[in-house]
Amino acid sequence: MLDSYLPIIVLIVIALAFAVGTIVMSHLIGHRKPSAVKLAPYECGMPLVGSARERLSIKFYIIAMLFIVFDIEAVFLYPWAVVFKRLGMFGFAEMGVFIFILLVGYVYVWKKGALEWE
Amino acid sequence: MPEWLVTTILILVKLGFVFFLLLTGAAYMVLAERKLLGRMQLRYGPNRVGPFGLLQPLADAVKLVTKEDFIPSQADKFLFFIAPGIAAVTALLTFAVVPFGPPIRLFGREVPLVICDLNIGVLYFLGLSSLAVYGVTLGGWASNSKYALLGSIRALSQLISYELSMGLAIVPVVLMARSFSLTNIVNAQAGLPFAILNPPAFLIFLVSVLAESKRIPFDLPEAENEIVAGFHTEYSGMRFGLFFVGEYINVIILSSMVTVLFLGGWHGPLLPGIVWFFLKVGFISFLFIWTRGTLPRLRYDQLMHFGWKILVPLALVNVIVTGAILLLLNPAKG
Repeated sequence: MLDSYLPIIVLIVIALAFAVGTIVMSHLIGHRKPSAVKLAPYECGMPLVGSARERLSIKFYIIAMLFIVFDIEAVFLYPWAVVFKRLGMFGFAEMGVFIFILLVGYVYVWKKGALEWE
Repeated sequence: MPEWLVTTILILVKLGFVFFLLLTGAAYMVLAERKLLGRMQLRYGPNRVGPFGLLQPLADAVKLVTKEDFIPSQADKFLFFIAPGIAAVTALLTFAVVPFGPPIRLFGREVPLVICDLNIGVLYFLGLSSLAVYGVTLGGWASNSKYALLGSIRALSQLISYELSMGLAIVPVVLMARSFSLTNIVNAQAGLPFAILNPPAFLIFLVSVLAESKRIPFDLPEAENEIVAGFHTEYSGMRFGLFFVGEYINVIILSSMVTVLFLGGWHGPLLPGIVWFFLKVGFISFLFIWTRGTLPRLRYDQLMHFGWKILVPLALVNVIVTGAILLLLNPAKG
């Protein structure tokens, strides 16, 4: 069972070697002439104003939370999809109930305005 | 030769072939894109380096390697270093489960043309596409620049939102093929491709895949005319190169996934399977370039509304409807 993953492990090693190799190579070959202005964060040539560690819109956090809820739901759907034929009508009805409950939650989220972007 | 030696050699040859193919494929995707976009905008595109500009990718690579190796003073150095690596490595790893041709006979044995036919191929793909989000997000955050931060936070929200509809659009495919293995999914499409059997899932998947590739019309993470270059504003040289290569490998991978999941993979009349596979992948990749040359960029609220209010419910309903139709067509016993 585990040896079917062997090619992937080899591929991981090769891909890592490729990534590390190119970064090291550009580190060795690329020239470097740092100066204070050059190393400052890019602000279209203007002097730096404030820090980039600002607070972000709450919207992004809400999307992240919704994603977790709905992604876990999607994960539940996969095993059902594989054994769908064997579970037959019973499994389908169960999944119908599950998705219905989710849709209720989805409508609630929508009505609460969590999906709005102003 | 002993059995294990043949197996090892076969694995290494396949790995080498796929690795070479992906990197040259990505390099020439860049050239093809610049050429096609040029033609769509009534220009020639690159045509100076080598015949028809065919050596342009090589020149680009040399340029990227010799560029100044630049680390912003305020950056989080460790994350800044590894983020492009994550983007490139996750893109390279995904191709491991994609079957690019029917099994062939070599040395008197069946050789499947796939690096590793995992029985959880679909989950492997979804897992790696989730991990790829880290490359973009960490890279933008670690740069400690406002443009990079804006780009990465936009990318994060966009990628996870469209991952949802992408994942839900795969469920009907798994329902119809009854397997997670991509080889079995291709075999299940020997008659009709799933794009014809289930067009809604195909369209949802295609749009989500366009959004996942962060390209026009979904290129808000790097919208040049508002946030410079988004998450890779502070990247230069080969670190930028890895993001860039990762993006184009990703286009090839996503095109292959569309081909494998919906267009019947290597199945097709007359031509050998492997040719059909690469023709289909080439066509979908061309579609990526074509949309880039044609469509304007969406607004962020339009992007999120489309993902959450149209694609997600549509995909959910499609799962139920597909299940119901499958039950009606061949009712299970017991």
